[in-house]
Amino acid sequence: MIRAALILLGWTVLSAQAAAETVVAGLSRDAISITTNFEGSEILIFGAVSRTAPPPPDSVLHVIVTVEGPPRPVTVRRKARRFGIWVNTDAIDVDAAPTFYAVASTSGFDLVITATEDLRQRVSIPTAIRAVGTNVGDQDSFIRALVRIRTAEDLYQFNEGAVTLRDQTLFDTSIRLPANLVEGDYRTRIFLTRDGEVIDAYSQSITVRKVGLERWIYNLAHEQPLAYGILSLAIAIAAGWLASAVFRYLRG
Amino acid sequence: MQIYLPIAEVSVNAFLLLGLGGIVGVLSGMFGVGGGFLMTPLLFFIGIPPAVAVATEANQIVASSFSGVLAHLRRKTVDLRMGTVLLVGGLVGAAIGVQIFAALSRIGQVDLLVRLSYVVFLGIIGSLMFVESVRAIRRSRANPDAVPAPRRQRGWIHALPFKMRFRTSGLYISVIPPLMVGFFVGILAAIMGVGGGFVMVPAMIYLLGMPTKVVVGTSLFQIIFVTGFATLMHATTNFTVDMVLAVLLLVGGVVGAQIGARIGVYLKAEQLRVLLAIMVLAVCGKLAFDLLVMPAELYSLGTPGAAH
Repeated sequence: MIRAALILLGWTVLSAQAAAETVVAGLSRDAISITTNFEGSEILIFGAVSRTAPPPPDSVLHVIVTVEGPPRPVTVRRKARRFGIWVNTDAIDVDAAPTFYAVASTSGFDLVITATEDLRQRVSIPTAIRAVGTNVGDQDSFIRALVRIRTAEDLYQFNEGAVTLRDQTLFDTSIRLPANLVEGDYRTRIFLTRDGEVIDAYSQSITVRKVGLERWIYNLAHEQPLAYGILSLAIAIAAGWLASAVFRYLRG
Repeated sequence: MQIYLPIAEVSVNAFLLLGLGGIVGVLSGMFGVGGGFLMTPLLFFIGIPPAVAVATEANQIVASSFSGVLAHLRRKTVDLRMGTVLLVGGLVGAAIGVQIFAALSRIGQVDLLVRLSYVVFLGIIGSLMFVESVRAIRRSRANPDAVPAPRRQRGWIHALPFKMRFRTSGLYISVIPPLMVGFFVGILAAIMGVGGGFVMVPAMIYLLGMPTKVVVGTSLFQIIFVTGFATLMHATTNFTVDMVLAVLLLVGGVVGAQIGARIGVYLKAEQLRVLLAIMVLAVCGKLAFDLLVMPAELYSLGTPGAAH
């Protein structure tokens, strides 16, 4: 009982200490509209560290910013040579992998956060991917392949040193969202760390939505699929007829 | 100019899509093939998700085939009667093909099977057609005045019952062979996700003995219905038809089909066949190459549970 009380006391003191530095942040925009000519977007994430006491002199403050798109399940397949041709042999189903994930930090990632803290807060890209209960032995190589493929498409971004921190107080970074975004809430998180431990975190979401024609087509396709299919066919037939009529007219 | 596709959820260059649609449309009008066997792999290549590419391609083929068929109808090079018989077989085949496809995807490896069937069918049809048409060209060069010998098979095909007169094709044959051809092409079309023109055209020429000029229009006529059926199936079950993508492709496609149909008139039948054979063999070679050579990235991403 006494031991429990002591632990509780210790924890309270620690969290009070942790709360000595808190993050106050802002985003350049909290909603992104996907229009027909959407070419991607850049969001500016900025903020300041608010303090109730002077900063500890013996450690350096670091900032990590993450932006995470809605998670979706994904199948990762691997090819191998069978009877002289390359075929898909093994596959794993990843329960949830973010459709977009960007991490930016003030310095090298292993300086900024410890591996334990990274696992706990799910900060780095591999920890944001949830895959459990697959029966393939080398699951890690599949996860690495997933990260590699999405990084090549700019969907996963890992930018060490991309966050600027001025006077241990003001920070900012910008994250580029590519054009092939999926709709949903994009969770933005900001972590303050000292000695690899997270001392404060902040979270806000950015809503990414299709608007106008994009919205209308998407809704029709999902809510009235038969009407949508017939409309698609009607457009096809009309376009085919129109082209034929125009060409006949041109030939006189 | 980048355009965001609402269903595919990717952003692509509009002019690239217009251009691709145009090129495939020209081939479609010239040869009577829907062009799906060319366009679908091209769409994969520019980053359209496979399920959306297959479904939207079906929709685009409706447009280019309709445009092409109107041009052929005016020249009276469509055998409507033969087209209807082929179509009856084709729709039954397509319905069965969808079931086979579903069964294969439950076992897994449907992707490989689709690729292998492409390589096998394109390879066989391409080489047969190439050899035959080169021979025909040589024959006509050696003796330009010679009337081409009628390639009428007098064997078992003519011994079959239920004969019907196909005036436009100048044939009096049993309805069983065209029904069977339509049926098998329908199965292939559903499994391979294409209109099936590249199988239908040679089958009509070599199995049914139809004149090449009539074959193109008739093939386009039945492709409209088979792919229209496929579009509706995809739209209602998988929600994968992207209207914006389809419109961009078909604007290029319908214009291309008109140009193609006119180019086709100026080419001799043998030349048309040799060109189609070369194109079929090129696609076959590319697919075979992909299967044989070690890919740069051994891993690929897919959506779990999706049919394609």
